[in-house]
Amino acid sequence: MKKKDIYASKVKRAAHLLFFRRHRKPGVKGWELRKRLGTDYPKVLTILDSFLEKLDLQVKTVFESEPSKEAKPSLEELDKARFYITLRGGLTPKETKMMGWRIDDIAGLAITISSIISKKGKAPRDDVEQLLRDKLPGWRVDINLDRYIRSGYIAEDENRQLYLDWRTRAEIDESALVKLLLGSES
Amino acid sequence: MATKREKRKLGREELQRIIAMCMSVEERGLDPFLVDVEDLIKVIREYFPEWKLPEDLVLDAETIHHLASVIKMQSEWVKHRSTSLYTDPFLLEEKIRRLSREQLATIFLKSYHPIVELEQISPHSLMQAVQYWKDLIPLDERWKRVEYTETSMGVTSREEMIEQKVIAEKRFSEELEAFWRELLQKTGEKEKIEYWDFIGSDDFKETVRRAYLASFLVTYGYATLEIDRLEEIVFIKPHKKPIPLTGKKEVVSVPVSVSYDDWMKWKEARTS
Repeated sequence: MKKKDIYASKVKRAAHLLFFRRHRKPGVKGWELRKRLGTDYPKVLTILDSFLEKLDLQVKTVFESEPSKEAKPSLEELDKARFYITLRGGLTPKETKMMGWRIDDIAGLAITISSIISKKGKAPRDDVEQLLRDKLPGWRVDINLDRYIRSGYIAEDENRQLYLDWRTRAEIDESALVKLLLGSES
Repeated sequence: MATKREKRKLGREELQRIIAMCMSVEERGLDPFLVDVEDLIKVIREYFPEWKLPEDLVLDAETIHHLASVIKMQSEWVKHRSTSLYTDPFLLEEKIRRLSREQLATIFLKSYHPIVELEQISPHSLMQAVQYWKDLIPLDERWKRVEYTETSMGVTSREEMIEQKVIAEKRFSEELEAFWRELLQKTGEKEKIEYWDFIGSDDFKETVRRAYLASFLVTYGYATLEIDRLEEIVFIKPHKKPIPLTGKKEVVSVPVSVSYDDWMKWKEARTS
């Protein structure tokens, strides 16, 4: 088999692995990809990513701990990372129906995530609730926060501290969100 | 000497206060720079020569450990401020308050790249579903009405109901009154009667029933128990009129064993 054919077959397998949900959480761990595609799986993912670009999709890598920007991630870091297929561009307000969430819920999520980011990734639930009460009816604040927790956007510990969870790291460009919020004109 | 002890006590309180402060910063996510590390180290250093007991040294080590955690948080805070993600929380809060819900949602959507995935049923789940479907009873059977067995009406007598234990032969109070009168009669001229001589019967089952009734005689004030501690004999003493026990004097529960062996012993003693 030619090298080109080998890669074409690997790209197909990678697409199947990444698109079809096989675990409770979506996405595939690096070591799983290495096991199924071989040690050159980062290269396979780069080829798949270039194919997906035409469809406004991308292969998103979420590292366990953020690697330094200058250095290339090591194989060990890649093995521990989780890979997802996400939308490359953003959604338009009209497309929010795809999410199945109301505008209020999305605004609440934006407030929650940005407030946690501004407090170094950890914020007391009471503070976030207070901020949300400005935009949402009081009775929905608690319900919404629990919904964000269930969806994997945020997590809560026994001391009622809120953290960013796996879905935020996979789906949200945190720095872009903060920059857009600060740069917005009210 | 007393001043040294006092100083140690004061030192322990100081260290516990430092630990509590550090823990509140760690757990509640407060600003770590609220803790004046230099000042606290001075306090720890001041009391260190006083510590002789292992518990005090452990407390000292624990204080240092918590203080080190706060220093780590301060270092992370500085590191975070130097990254591009640093935002002044107050500035951000102010922005959020000014923006409408629609504006917030629009901004969020620009930085939002949802995961694309397909959920599908696995062969295993499919097999489980098929099995479930196979085992499911048809609707007409599931919704079948409960059928009742029709029986003809009849008449029952009081004797039959007593036999079936649906009703008691006598009302309990009547039974108790009769039992009390029996006790009065058996006691006769004497003031009291030996407990076992009163409750004992040729049948063990009946003995137990009588012991049960005797306990109510005592509880409801129809009689009292007297115990000869030396001879270990229990007497039952009837009252001429029932005396309520509550509020008069201290009521003491007396457990009296009525076992099969006790009954046999009593029976043998009676016949010999």
